[in-house]
Amino acid sequence: MIQIHGLHKSFGGKPVLSGVDLAVGQGESLCVIGQSGTGKSVLLKCILGLTTPEAGRILWRGSPLDQATRPDFLARFGMLFQGAALFDSLTVWQNVAFRLRQRMPDVQARAIAIEKLGRVGLGPETADLMPAELSGGMAKRAGLARAIADDPAVIFFDEPTTGLDPIRARRINGLIRGIVTETGATAITITHDMDSVRAIGDRVALLQDGRIAWEGPVPAMDRAAPLAGFLGNTPSL
Amino acid sequence: MNPVRLTGRAALLMTRGIGAVTLFTLRGLFRLRPFYRRAFAAQLVQIGWLSLPVVGLTALFTGAALALQIHSGGARFQASDVVPAIVAIGMVRELGPVLGGLMVAARVASSIAAEIGTMKVTEQIDALVTLSTDPMRWLVTPRLWAAMLTVPVLVGVGDIIGIMGGWLVGTQSLGFNSTAYLANTSAYLERWDVVSGLLKGVVFGLIVAVCGCWFGIHSGRGAAGVGRATKSAVVAAAVGILAANFVLTGLFFE
Repeated sequence: MIQIHGLHKSFGGKPVLSGVDLAVGQGESLCVIGQSGTGKSVLLKCILGLTTPEAGRILWRGSPLDQATRPDFLARFGMLFQGAALFDSLTVWQNVAFRLRQRMPDVQARAIAIEKLGRVGLGPETADLMPAELSGGMAKRAGLARAIADDPAVIFFDEPTTGLDPIRARRINGLIRGIVTETGATAITITHDMDSVRAIGDRVALLQDGRIAWEGPVPAMDRAAPLAGFLGNTPSL
Repeated sequence: MNPVRLTGRAALLMTRGIGAVTLFTLRGLFRLRPFYRRAFAAQLVQIGWLSLPVVGLTALFTGAALALQIHSGGARFQASDVVPAIVAIGMVRELGPVLGGLMVAARVASSIAAEIGTMKVTEQIDALVTLSTDPMRWLVTPRLWAAMLTVPVLVGVGDIIGIMGGWLVGTQSLGFNSTAYLANTSAYLERWDVVSGLLKGVVFGLIVAVCGCWFGIHSGRGAAGVGRATKSAVVAAAVGILAANFVLTGLFFE
């Protein structure tokens, strides 16, 4: 569904991505792992068009992802940001229904938003709260509800458990797994939390020194030599 | 370093900066489809309605102080009677637009820069992109148009309050007759005096909103970055308003 070929990106002459090749199929859940500063978020921003790669190609359903095809891609896309990135000036339901409100009446959009909030374990009483009134875990869930509000074909999760305690992290991982399985959406998760990888992923790719150093199914990662150092350095919950 | 090279580099940087801000302004003004009416309405309230108290108070005290100054200065050459006319002309042509613009710059440019800067550092602007929404259209365009529409209204209201401040001081402490004061005010005030002040308000509104949006969107990382963006927005808007006022006054009255 998404294919990345030879992606290069550098900042101030320092290479961050040095020829990334990666592919993720329809309905597959891919986790991209790597230590801080290895370019995981830059890879994500290249796919979203928030930063322009110096070389390489990104294909979406076989067509190059460019100015012409990106609107179609973004229309079928949802994303959970590391810090949830809820809009401060809007209530929770307005955040969740942000895209829906542009094409349907508020009453209808609000009903869908409340349904999606329920799907992530938040009751209707949270709908009229402002994001500043939510705890970190609730904000993550509201962000997740926004990501799935428009039934996307592709969902990105950027460090979904960062900043959460182990219990809330497990709940978020469970929610993500459930949603991915239920909707059949393609999922790409950027993380350095190995519990997330085990809970969410079908396949895992290690980004190291600007390249994919290893990729394979999740059950195989414990036996993969290139991952040994990384696994050893990663605190487990 | 060679001073010629230094001057050339500074000139190039300045030209590039002016070009970038001009393009940003044009994009902000004319990316009207889709037009986010809710965001625009919210900005009308934020920039216009909520600035009214501070602009009104500023105008009231300025008009009152101006009346005292003209009365005391005019007494030196037996011209105390000109207080109503000078207060009206001074408020409407110059002090109303400039002080109103500066107060809006302090309140609005800082708030826009801080809000957009915080949105940038907390990835809310990236989130807009992922929700198929152009940040220019959602954040910048409504603010630019709201400021251009509301600041002249604020200037107009400020003019009236300023003149009333002068009238209050004139009739309560300087011994002017109320009817004569108001008659003098309207007799000496020309339509162009009012219109020129309102046109200045349109330009000052644009300057305030552009500075707030520009520095917010180009804010650095973290709290320090947002703080710097806020400070720069206010300073640039204030200097921009004073410089534009000089140019517009020259254009309108020379």
